[in-house]
Amino acid sequence: MADLTTDFLGIKSINPFWLASAPPTDKEYNVRRAFEAGWGGVVWKTLGSEGPPVVNVNGPRYGAVYGADRRLLGLNNIELITDRDLYVNLEEIRRVKADYPDRAVIVSIMVPCEEDAWKAILPLVEETGADGIELNFGCPHGMSERGMGSAVGQVPEYIQMVTEWCKKYYSRPVIVKLTPNITDIRKPAAAAHAGGADAVSLINTINSITSVDLDLMAPQPTIDGKGSHGGYCGPAVKPIALSMVSEIARAEETRGMPISGIGGITTWRDAAEFMVMGCGTVQVCTAAMTYGFKVVQEMAAGLSQWMDEKGYASTADFVGAAVPNVTDWQYLNLNYVTKARIDQDLCISCGRCYAACEDTSHQAIWMHEGRVFEVNDAECVACNLCVDVCPVEDCITMERLPGGTVDARTGKVVSDEYANWTTHPNNPMARAAE
Amino acid sequence: MTSPFAPGIVSGRLTPDDLARNFGDLHPPLDAHEAHVAADRCYFCYDAPCVTACPTGIDIPLFIRQIATGQPEAAGKTIFDSNILGGMCARVCPTEELCEEVCVREVAEGKPVEIGRLQRYATDSVMATGRQPYVRAEPTGKRIAVVGAGPAGLACAHRLAMKGHDVTIFEARDKPGGLNEYGIAAYKTPGGFAQAEVEWLLTIGGITIQNGKALGADLTLEALQAEYDAVFLGMGLGGVNALAVDGADLPGVGPAVQFIADLRQSPDKGALAVGRNVVVIGGGMTAIDAAVQSRLLGAENVTIVYRRGREAMSASTWEQDLAASKGVRILTHVQPLAVHGTGGAAEIELEYTSDVGGKLTGTGETFRLPADQVLQAIGQKLAGETGLTLEGGKIAVTGPGRTSLDGVWAGGDCALGGDDLTVTAVAEGRDAAEDIHSKLMAEG
Ligand SMILES: Cc1cc2nc3c(=O)[nH]c(=O)nc-3n(C[C@H](O)[C@H](O)[C@H](O)COP(=O)(O)OP(=O)(O)OC[C@H]3O[C@@H](n4cnc5c(N)ncnc54)[C@H](O)[C@@H]3O)c2cc1C
Ligand SMILES: Cc1cc2nc3c(=O)[nH]c(=O)nc-3n(C[C@H](O)[C@H](O)[C@H](O)COP(=O)(O)O)c2cc1C
Ligand code: SF4
Repeated sequence: MADLTTDFLGIKSINPFWLASAPPTDKEYNVRRAFEAGWGGVVWKTLGSEGPPVVNVNGPRYGAVYGADRRLLGLNNIELITDRDLYVNLEEIRRVKADYPDRAVIVSIMVPCEEDAWKAILPLVEETGADGIELNFGCPHGMSERGMGSAVGQVPEYIQMVTEWCKKYYSRPVIVKLTPNITDIRKPAAAAHAGGADAVSLINTINSITSVDLDLMAPQPTIDGKGSHGGYCGPAVKPIALSMVSEIARAEETRGMPISGIGGITTWRDAAEFMVMGCGTVQVCTAAMTYGFKVVQEMAAGLSQWMDEKGYASTADFVGAAVPNVTDWQYLNLNYVTKARIDQDLCISCGRCYAACEDTSHQAIWMHEGRVFEVNDAECVACNLCVDVCPVEDCITMERLPGGTVDARTGKVVSDEYANWTTHPNNPMARAAE
Repeated sequence: MTSPFAPGIVSGRLTPDDLARNFGDLHPPLDAHEAHVAADRCYFCYDAPCVTACPTGIDIPLFIRQIATGQPEAAGKTIFDSNILGGMCARVCPTEELCEEVCVREVAEGKPVEIGRLQRYATDSVMATGRQPYVRAEPTGKRIAVVGAGPAGLACAHRLAMKGHDVTIFEARDKPGGLNEYGIAAYKTPGGFAQAEVEWLLTIGGITIQNGKALGADLTLEALQAEYDAVFLGMGLGGVNALAVDGADLPGVGPAVQFIADLRQSPDKGALAVGRNVVVIGGGMTAIDAAVQSRLLGAENVTIVYRRGREAMSASTWEQDLAASKGVRILTHVQPLAVHGTGGAAEIELEYTSDVGGKLTGTGETFRLPADQVLQAIGQKLAGETGLTLEGGKIAVTGPGRTSLDGVWAGGDCALGGDDLTVTAVAEGRDAAEDIHSKLMAEG
């Protein structure tokens, strides 16, 4: 069994699976049960300033997008930060951390964008003995209307400023949690870096309206006939999160900066994908909210088995391993020529590939007598759509044409040489090959 | 209650609770969630094989997608566009030999999309509204006579009414529906569905049914031709092939279709008499239904005897398995020689057969089975004389049901071709209606 112990910013946890700041980490009762179930760490539900806590709506706060059999694919929420008293939370954090020294306990914070507010709360958090803090610059609803959350996260100068205050008044690691509701994720990440942040975590939730009630003519969840955009999370957001993580992992200014990956992580495989994309730990919210704390057991066992299969001794062996292979389109090898191949033994003759290619791609699939489907190499551009719509895994695959063969579509001999767009004759900006 | 082991043909062998359970829905309806999950399994195939396999050509992938997107009523309309008796067909079609047999998921996994049950879900949704999604076209002033209110006649009448024609259906029996009402197994269509469906179908307007009017007895084809612009014959197969063995006239021996019709018409299954030892002769759907329902009424031993092998039985493997699961024994390569008994059937004498190159001969080896009730299900045949050209004992037709007489169409079981299924009767009735419409409109 591979060792899942993780060291992130000097913070040790028994595995890289942390619960993200959200309802699962809202109170001592939950967090203790989460640790008993096997979670490596938690980011405590975001704390606000001293004084009367925020209030939540008293109607529904979630909306959902479903797949087959009501499988939850996306969740939308309009919840705010913790609605419990600051001192109650701090006392609970202190107790839990004392009892679980081998787990990470990170405190998420969101207070107004004023130095005094941060100066006031940070020493209180420091006293709990928690391992670090996470700055919630991400919440896209409610708090942002009050100049906090994503209202800060969308202005890189503010991120840098607040991060600097935190580094000034707090001695342990500072993680900046980024909002995805921004055009270029590299900018806030660079600002956090410039402010001295030890790490970034991403993504927080994405602005969303999951559905509209067509009788009430209002967004859902609907509160007394009105709705408000919420924050989207769950499996549906994973591709967006992965892309943003990869951007930060390979950008010049932030390369090598520790990342805690968040967004739609549901299985060990999702976690592994975030980790090879540069994340030292991963955080999970929706999967736990959908299936309960026990999901971590599948994640831990799965990651461990995969590491054994691959021969990785520790998570550090593969964190970031895929980053060098993320590149710009212009550097992709245009001499890599493939053709779709349909395995006639696996084919169940549904004809989906035919409908997709014939109606919307390149008319490269023949439908023969008896519902036999075959690829016409002379038309196939290797787009992969047929593979994606085929209901049978591995029935359609992409086969590379070896160098020296003729591509029936272009009539050209396939070359073994690497050649990309930057030197392509059709590129008006092409640099002459040296 | 009578003892289940009482000899002879008696009623009340089972408790009312057992009977209610036995004659409940064979395939209970899907609820909304089950329907969504089942619908999600459909791949929305290109040029889907299931559509080709459906005799009425229902656009199955489309209706299933409409269920998946939350509009079962729209799905129902898609079905009714092709098959106005889609509700009955959802219950009685041998889907394992039609749409579901060729479903790519049946081919791939041995587990087809549950097309029949999804069809029921969709059609039930529409019928629950009490409305039908069709209105009649402007009146054409044309009048058409339809003989027989079975699936063929009803489908024909509905399509004609939709086109604006006035239709009169002449039906020999007291109730419309044909074998939907008098033949189909009770557990396939419980709850008075057959009559409810006819009532719903008639809400289109423009259709009048005259019950108790039989062609041949009360009416003649010539008179109908003279009075109406067109005639459609959908009178099914009213006669039964007789059992030509000694003792066939003993009390206790009778046609399976009559036994089934009585069963369908009896509101109290406890009042129905059934033998302790029942032997059913035949290899089709009627034999299976008679045997299964005898068991469900409480017969202790029910045996189907069929003169050829299982593969030659016209009842599907699924139907045969259903019978076996209800405790019916199927004996093949056996033919009846005589029924014995004094004052009523007591035993049936049977002979083994050998089937060499399609030629059936008795082997000479005989045996007897106790049989206080013998039900013959050895085929139905056309009843009465119409003066039309026949072929293979059925009315000869070309194309969409055109008979040898100009202005007379035929479809369903009484006409040549098709599989003697509800769904083929519907398809033929519908297609004949389209042809009648084109012809009448062209004539002006
Ligand atoms: C026992 C049994 C079980 C069956 N089970 C199934 C099943 O599960 N699934 C399936 O798909 N098919 C089944 N079938 C077959 C199916 O019922 C028939 O194929 C279908 O009903 C044929 O429809 P039709 O309209 O041609 O004839 P019918 O349904 O027979 O209707 C003919 C109508 O015409 C009337 N009629 C007859 N003669 C005259 C006359 N001279 N004048 C006026 N009216 C007349 C009759 O009273 C009847 O109402 C079964 C058949 C039987 C006998
Ligand atoms: C109901 C709910 C409340 C949340 N509250 C917070 C919060 O207080 N602070 C925070 O930083 N993120 C909050 N989040 C965002 C999650 O921590 C996480 O970033 C997001 O859900 C994406 O991860 P997931 O796809 O695993 O759910 C909340 C999410 C949900 C669903
Ligand atoms: S890869 Fe694209 S172009 Fe080629 S056969 Fe498949 S769908 Fe058609």
